[in-house]
Amino acid sequence: MNMLTELSRPRKSSLFTKLSPLARREARWGLLFLSPWIIGFLAFTLIPVLASLGLTFTNYTLTQSEPVRFVGLANYRTLMSDSQVWKSLLVTIRFGLIALPVGMILPLALALLMNNEYLVAKSLFRTLFYFPFIIPFVAAVFIWQAMINPEFGWINYWLRGLGVQNPPRWINDPNWVYPGYVIMGLWGIGNAMVINLAALQGVPTELYDSAKIDGAGRWSRLIYITLPMISPVLFYLLILNVVGLFQYFLVPLVVNSGTGEPAGATLFYNLVLYKTFFTYQNMAYGSTMAWLLFVIILLVTLVLFRTANRWVYYAGETR
Amino acid sequence: MATITIVAKHATRRSRLMKQNLKRLGVASLTVALLALFLSPFLQMLYTALSTTEKMTTLGAPSWPAEPATFVYQGQELEVYRVPTEDGLRNLAIVKKGRRESTFVDPANPQAGEFKWQGSWRALDRPWSFSPTWSNFSDVWEKIRFPRLFFNTLAIALLGMIGTLISCTLVAYGFSRFRIPGKDLLFTILISTIFLPTAVTIVPTYTFFTKIGWVGTWLPLIVPHYFANAYNVFLLRQYFMTIPREMDEAAMLDGAGPFHILLRIILPQALPVIVAVALFHLVFAWNDFFDPLIYLSTRPDLQPIAVALSSFNGIYSRRPPLIQAASLMTLIVPVILFFLAQRVFMQGVVVTGVEK
Repeated sequence: MNMLTELSRPRKSSLFTKLSPLARREARWGLLFLSPWIIGFLAFTLIPVLASLGLTFTNYTLTQSEPVRFVGLANYRTLMSDSQVWKSLLVTIRFGLIALPVGMILPLALALLMNNEYLVAKSLFRTLFYFPFIIPFVAAVFIWQAMINPEFGWINYWLRGLGVQNPPRWINDPNWVYPGYVIMGLWGIGNAMVINLAALQGVPTELYDSAKIDGAGRWSRLIYITLPMISPVLFYLLILNVVGLFQYFLVPLVVNSGTGEPAGATLFYNLVLYKTFFTYQNMAYGSTMAWLLFVIILLVTLVLFRTANRWVYYAGETR
Repeated sequence: MATITIVAKHATRRSRLMKQNLKRLGVASLTVALLALFLSPFLQMLYTALSTTEKMTTLGAPSWPAEPATFVYQGQELEVYRVPTEDGLRNLAIVKKGRRESTFVDPANPQAGEFKWQGSWRALDRPWSFSPTWSNFSDVWEKIRFPRLFFNTLAIALLGMIGTLISCTLVAYGFSRFRIPGKDLLFTILISTIFLPTAVTIVPTYTFFTKIGWVGTWLPLIVPHYFANAYNVFLLRQYFMTIPREMDEAAMLDGAGPFHILLRIILPQALPVIVAVALFHLVFAWNDFFDPLIYLSTRPDLQPIAVALSSFNGIYSRRPPLIQAASLMTLIVPVILFFLAQRVFMQGVVVTGVEK
């Protein structure tokens, strides 16, 4: 059970049943306690979401002199033919195709190592692998930027030591900038590792014992027992990763103030989106871009949820 | 016969033990090697933060904090070079530089006096000696007004933390202890907000904060935390649900109201998770970059450390030692907090991912 399984839990609909006075009293108290979140949700989520949807049908910019008016679908038409927008979406997807497998496999591999029966001082290692996750993001970016610096960075120093003649110029080279960004994000895997590890520890050992008796090897135990048993957690991490990757832009913003260097390879969708807001101050068009992103993320997560019942196994649930 | 089987049994047990120990050693070495690789950027940060900018741009310079070796001779600081002599390469201090011929003195044996060496000193390498440049830290301290930044970051973090603790506790209590019509639906909506891209709310929110005059103040970074958030409510709710209801019910029979039960019964038992939420918020606030960037871009005097570090990099990107020293000074507080309370912290991470 994690936050995601909460979403797909069957619910009793008790919304319109008549309540006894005592139950009404309890509900009133409950709502009082929920009220901070309900007010916050309305003020900082629901109303802004609807307002930004409304903005997509206007010509609202911060720089304009003409009055704000309704422009129908004009923003959407511009969006459809805006090559920069689609190019930036491609940048995001291309980066995601490299970053997603790393972001899924590496934490799992590390968690498997942490869960290895022969590993001593498990909790110490777990803590040490986790801890870079709490390093402030901007500091971590600068530390890793030094690490992959083509001249004095240790990674290229090691590569040269291993006999690589011309090690990559990483974030200065359009062909290497995405792997470079993936490396710079390595300290973020601690969280997923700890979550994976907790899931691994939750797999009943009886399953492994009986599989061993049946002669299952290490690999088949991993593929037929471990992965299905932790699939709800993998699914949760997958959704978090996908949603996060579609919104990726902070690293290029910090590394080269969002200029898109090298050669426009780092003009991520969300970066173009935030530049539309805060540099060009075109709020209407920016909101249209934001809604396109929202719809894409929604569609992708829906597709993932649809495929989930084929590969995500919820123990103890009849489906 | 019997003794032979016993000996054989001992032997197999011994060899099994050996095998296990070997496996332990193998797994441990692999883990340590990976960990060293994973944490090596910290070492490069430390080395760079203690180096001079000149060293960083010199080809063939070591990565550890080093400066070209010198030797003080007759009150003068002389440069040391690696000089090829009949006895092999020797580190000698140069007294007088010449085009074809230079005068050297041996730092290991200055009494032996000066002597001449044929050849061009320009072709010689200089040995490096360990010499940390501590002044990088004081440089950074003065250049980016660290005390002020620490104060800003800490104030924003603590004021938001109070809000998160109060609001998330109340909301989690509501979700875990009361029968409310439509509660499941509300909880689903709460969790869904995690997946909402921030871009779809940022413009109306930003416009709203501009209209009420909050842009250029800390308020947009603090006030929203007084209205709860999905992660912390989830974390607290899961914990509250594990606290047995019998004590609530007993207190209720004694006439205690809901607030009284929350304060006297739930909270004292939920201390670990409260600490976890507080820590998560402090680390979050230390880490937060984009919100302070957009809301405080016109007020550098109010910015937290992450934003200041980023603009510092914009100015001094050609001086890596300063950037690394500043990064180190930025990460010190969250790292200390983490190691002081790592147990509570890690448990919190586990709950949001896998409910136990």
